[in-house]
Amino acid sequence: MDESISSLDKRIDLMRQHMDGMTQVVPWARETGFKVTRVERGQVWGVQPFAEHLVGDVEAQVIHGGAITTLLDNLSGMACAASLEEFRFVATLDLRIDYMRPADSGRDIIGEAECYHVTKSVAFTRAWAYHESRDKVIATAQGAFAINKPRPKASLGVPE
Amino acid sequence: MSEPLSRGAQLEGFLANVPIVKTLGMRCDIKGDDMTTVLPFQDKLIGNFTIKALHGGAIGTFLEMTAMAQLFLVSDVERPARTINITVDYLRQGKAEDLYGRARVIKLGRRMASVTAEAWQSERDKPVAALHGHFLLNRTGTPQT
Repeated sequence: MDESISSLDKRIDLMRQHMDGMTQVVPWARETGFKVTRVERGQVWGVQPFAEHLVGDVEAQVIHGGAITTLLDNLSGMACAASLEEFRFVATLDLRIDYMRPADSGRDIIGEAECYHVTKSVAFTRAWAYHESRDKVIATAQGAFAINKPRPKASLGVPE
Repeated sequence: MSEPLSRGAQLEGFLANVPIVKTLGMRCDIKGDDMTTVLPFQDKLIGNFTIKALHGGAIGTFLEMTAMAQLFLVSDVERPARTINITVDYLRQGKAEDLYGRARVIKLGRRMASVTAEAWQSERDKPVAALHGHFLLNRTGTPQT
């Protein structure tokens, strides 16, 4: 085995190879229909296509903020996975979302998340939602994620 | 002439036409200005299959809708408020069970409101998540005083 490649690099490679699978295994992500589009060390990008079943403002035909919560929460958790040296499950402790402007009707929303600091038990994240670039954001998010202790393989249904 | 609709009936009529409410499968039980929202469990609300936990995004969406609905119920605005910001604390894992929600309007100003909301499952004293948010009241069309 090549010792020069860290387990994190291998995991990031794996994430890149399975970008579709990362949301396919999450039922609520499948329901909202967002996709992961890019993975870098500590950073993950995704897209939430406009979808009528997610509309929260019927008159303006704008997607509900909850779809942005889902997108940014999930991408932020994935950004933690793309920055932890050892694989761990993370759980959202808190997530704050500030809405800068309403999303445009009918347009895809791009999400970008980064994990900017990791301690022994907590990972800290920032995230953005926009149509074109971070110069004109729809929403920003700030999160903290608890880093869970490793689970025994048996509890995950994985044979020892 | 027919009686004007109560605030609760207006809210129910409004929520019945919001696609995201249907997608979640969320219901609300309104008694005057008192409301409990319900998110009946469905497989599609899951975020992690290995531990059968509800998705934080689904819980957050449910709490944000609960806060907005309560605000509509106690205010006199014609259109739902717009979210300025929300903070969601995830306190416990959301199990594969029904989720309930209640919100309280802490301050109702002319332009802005501060609202808190809590979601729980089998035990009211063991909340799954709590939200605090600021909302912009939509008063377009009403004369500026």
